[in-house]
Amino acid sequence: MAMPAAEIEGLIRAALPDAQVEITDLAGDGDHYAARVVSAAFVGLPRVKQHKLVYEALGGRMGGELHALQLTTAVPN
Amino acid sequence: MSSPTDTRIAEIVNANDVVLFMKGTPLFPQCGFSSKAVAILEHLGVEYATVDVLQDMEIRQGIKAFSDWPTIPQLYVKGEFVGGSDIMMEMFQDGELQQMMTESGVTTA
Repeated sequence: MAMPAAEIEGLIRAALPDAQVEITDLAGDGDHYAARVVSAAFVGLPRVKQHKLVYEALGGRMGGELHALQLTTAVPN
Repeated sequence: MSSPTDTRIAEIVNANDVVLFMKGTPLFPQCGFSSKAVAILEHLGVEYATVDVLQDMEIRQGIKAFSDWPTIPQLYVKGEFVGGSDIMMEMFQDGELQQMMTESGVTTA
């Protein structure tokens, strides 16, 4: 099942309003994405917690509707 | 209350210093992310166990709740959840994964 990049970005921004989100469609099939998310909400959190915040923003779509999202998180410089 | 599946998973992660829940086997990974996770562990040269979740529907669903993590693969070291393949790759590139293996006294293969 495919999911448009704009929808992924919108969901992340809705949960993390300050986030800079860069989405790359890896295979051009609307199903395999890479996302880089930079947000102040990640400050001081271990990577697992940072990724969990993004997965929570995606509201359970991760692992289901959205199979392949290669995720990188970072805090703003 | 833990389910029988939780108990099984807890036994697996406690019985193995390094265990990867993956799709397929190290020789025949059935997903690019699982393949990447195996490559990292091979590169580190540590002894690791794997569980093929495609062969066990209970674990396939149960591990997601157990770890509170939506995707597979999942790496456990010394009973602690480390992350999926993206986190493994980030930690590997920063040298943190090697450090964690050394500090937790994991056997090298």
